[in-house]
Amino acid sequence: MKVLMLGWEFPPYISGGLGTACYGLTRGLDSVGVKVGFVLPVSIPQDFHSHVTFKTPSNISDDTVVKGKNKSLLRGVTMHVLPAFLQPYAGPEQYDQVVEMMKQLQPADENDYLPVGDILPGGEAVGYGGDLMEQVRRYASLAVKHSQDETFDVIHAHDWMTYPAGLAVAAYSGKPLVVHLHSTEFDRSGENINQQVYDIERAGLHGADRVICVSYLTRGIAVKRYGVNPEKIEVVYNAVDLEVKKIHTDPIKRDEKIVLFLGRITMQKGPEYFLQAAKKVLSKFDKVRFVIAGSGDLISQSVSLAAELGIGKHVAFTGFLRGDDVGRIFNMADLYVMPSVSEPFGIAPLEAMSHNVPVIISKQSGVSEVLTHALKVDFWDIDEMANKIVAVLRHPPLRRVLQQHGQIELRKLSWKDSAKKCKKIYTELVRAKKQKIHKRRK
Amino acid sequence: MASVVFYFQVHQPYRLRPYSIFDSGTNYFDDQANGEICRKVASKCYLPANALITELIRANEGRFRVNYSVTGMAIEQFKQYCPEVLESFVELAKTGCVEFIAETYYHTLAFLYRRDEFIDQVEKHRQIITDLFGQTPRTFRNTELTYNNDVAEVVEEMGFDIVLTEGADHILGHRSPNFLYRPPNCEHLKMMLKNYRLSDDIAFRFGDRAWTEWPLTVEKFTGWVDRINGTGYVCNLFMDYETFGEHQWDDTGIFDFLRALPASIIGTQKNDFLTVSEAADRYPAEGELDIPHMISWADTERDISAWLGNSMQANALYETYAITDEVRSSGDETLLEDWRKLQTSDHFYYMCTKYFADGDVHKYFNPYQSPYDSYINYMNILDSIRSRLP
Repeated sequence: MKVLMLGWEFPPYISGGLGTACYGLTRGLDSVGVKVGFVLPVSIPQDFHSHVTFKTPSNISDDTVVKGKNKSLLRGVTMHVLPAFLQPYAGPEQYDQVVEMMKQLQPADENDYLPVGDILPGGEAVGYGGDLMEQVRRYASLAVKHSQDETFDVIHAHDWMTYPAGLAVAAYSGKPLVVHLHSTEFDRSGENINQQVYDIERAGLHGADRVICVSYLTRGIAVKRYGVNPEKIEVVYNAVDLEVKKIHTDPIKRDEKIVLFLGRITMQKGPEYFLQAAKKVLSKFDKVRFVIAGSGDLISQSVSLAAELGIGKHVAFTGFLRGDDVGRIFNMADLYVMPSVSEPFGIAPLEAMSHNVPVIISKQSGVSEVLTHALKVDFWDIDEMANKIVAVLRHPPLRRVLQQHGQIELRKLSWKDSAKKCKKIYTELVRAKKQKIHKRRK
Repeated sequence: MASVVFYFQVHQPYRLRPYSIFDSGTNYFDDQANGEICRKVASKCYLPANALITELIRANEGRFRVNYSVTGMAIEQFKQYCPEVLESFVELAKTGCVEFIAETYYHTLAFLYRRDEFIDQVEKHRQIITDLFGQTPRTFRNTELTYNNDVAEVVEEMGFDIVLTEGADHILGHRSPNFLYRPPNCEHLKMMLKNYRLSDDIAFRFGDRAWTEWPLTVEKFTGWVDRINGTGYVCNLFMDYETFGEHQWDDTGIFDFLRALPASIIGTQKNDFLTVSEAADRYPAEGELDIPHMISWADTERDISAWLGNSMQANALYETYAITDEVRSSGDETLLEDWRKLQTSDHFYYMCTKYFADGDVHKYFNPYQSPYDSYINYMNILDSIRSRLP
């Protein structure tokens, strides 16, 4: 069994949970004997400046993704990087810069483009970098070209930017298509959705042979908002990699507790509820620092809000963290809070728990479907959020029991199990396709 | 002769209202939920079951006998929310075929922490039972049948003749729960042990269609009881009263089963029904039973881990009893009363994480969404109690 995986982020260049999920799932698939050909756009580091070096397939596998002992772990995985730039969270300025550099490095060759039909609905991609839709189209056509040199049994596309590529490859190759819904436009944008993105999502969900949702919460949105036939949806939960890299953190003597928010600072993640709750916590308990780790379009608004609430000196903004810094901040944290307004899954709490940090998660999250040993609140209920934060900080036994049971619960969430579910889906689809062809021949 | 000894536990805790760290105020109890639950259980269980038991006592001309332990918490809520339940218990007491058993008024684990507090709570319960039902209890049962040798010693000193506990396999070994026993450190106190197989056949398995013995008929059950003849004296059927109509719903046929059972048992001519005291007066203790460690009737472990199995529970109990002297000497009756209601074992049971992930019987009885929520709420209220100390 070989799957052609279409993604848009993969460690170490990630901006959110999608890359982590793709990496975990790929490793899981590898361990259950499914071969994976992973197709990626060019990766741009988040702290991108002018010193960008583009990764090509050869050097990406050498120094980043498949290095050291991982090489043997990912025996059946090959990486392919296509010269397209899919960065939904990049600003327009950064976008132009990258596209310009790409043109210089790799002059547009008309032969690169294959006609992929009318796979992109028209309209403007408001709010995204100017060229994003063009790049989505480019990624799709390059993916088709790439797929012609490769053998595979099934296509698996992750989130809307790769859906057109998935549909196009499926149309060219006749292979079954699985689309994976990690996040919907409604999660990212609330009710003010980008119509073009919605249309792409809808086309992908309807055109796929099977839809994988990361939670029942997301399944509900797929059915209600996109009109997807519930019978073709499967829920496959994300998991967590338990091999936590030991990171040395200098034991700093402190009498302050640290409450951590880690994620994109966007409307979806609810940073303002975190700050409002922080204000309430501080009225009861002042030996505490609230750390906001991440970047996003609400960052300056959040800094101002902290100041307006008069809690500025208790709030620290770290900017975007990656690699060992993520582990370090988890090691320092006494509590992790995910106040997301709408979270299809939410891998970060699992990562926090793998660092033995107790978590408070919003009930409006997919991960709350799989965790019982976590504290849960409605994202809007800042009183209750503060109540629970204070409780964890004040009562060591509460923290201890959450940690003990959390460790046991985490072990039940393995990428191997998620991969097994995907493998079962692939097998069913391939068999169904064969039967169809067989019938036709008769 | 095998004597069936029915003992029904009647208890309702004062459930706590959601109390956040930002709350002040000293009304800690969820009056609305408590009233609703009390009235619901009254109409599904207490009222129809009491009516049926009264009817059965009359129909069998006094040969049907039962025992109850009604906690102070249940009595107070009956007075408050459904006085007719209390009246029906008073009527039952008047039949002369019903024995009332003593326990801690507040249904607590005080014995584990403070002997003086424990004795006061038991005396308070003995008093209210005497006042309400006109009989002074001779029998003691500790909360959820928690028991060890020390309990026996203390309650014998308090003047009780009989103590009830669980017939747990790990303490009985090859011995049978169908005899009476004596604690090693007591003069005259007799122990009566729950026959958990036959008790649980009614209390837990009666409506379970996956059970190989389902449906449980009166004839079948009478046969099982009859087999005790020659191998024991008593068949101790101890269970929550809510078994009738609440844990086993009316449509399982549980009331019909209860209705037909007395005549069937008595009809064998070899077996009868007794109150606990009558059984203890009629039968001798057959041997000594040494129970150094705490046992109970809860879960498969039959130990106290349902209330004291994790650090949150240990912490909450410790903190509650850490202020015992200050509360008791405060002279503030309302404070004492609130603090005692907080000791009710149910609050600690809600914090149990043992089977939380599996969603079983613990969840059914739990008003909280998680054991963590229950601990947080409890500790906030305890904070408020502490702030009221002089």
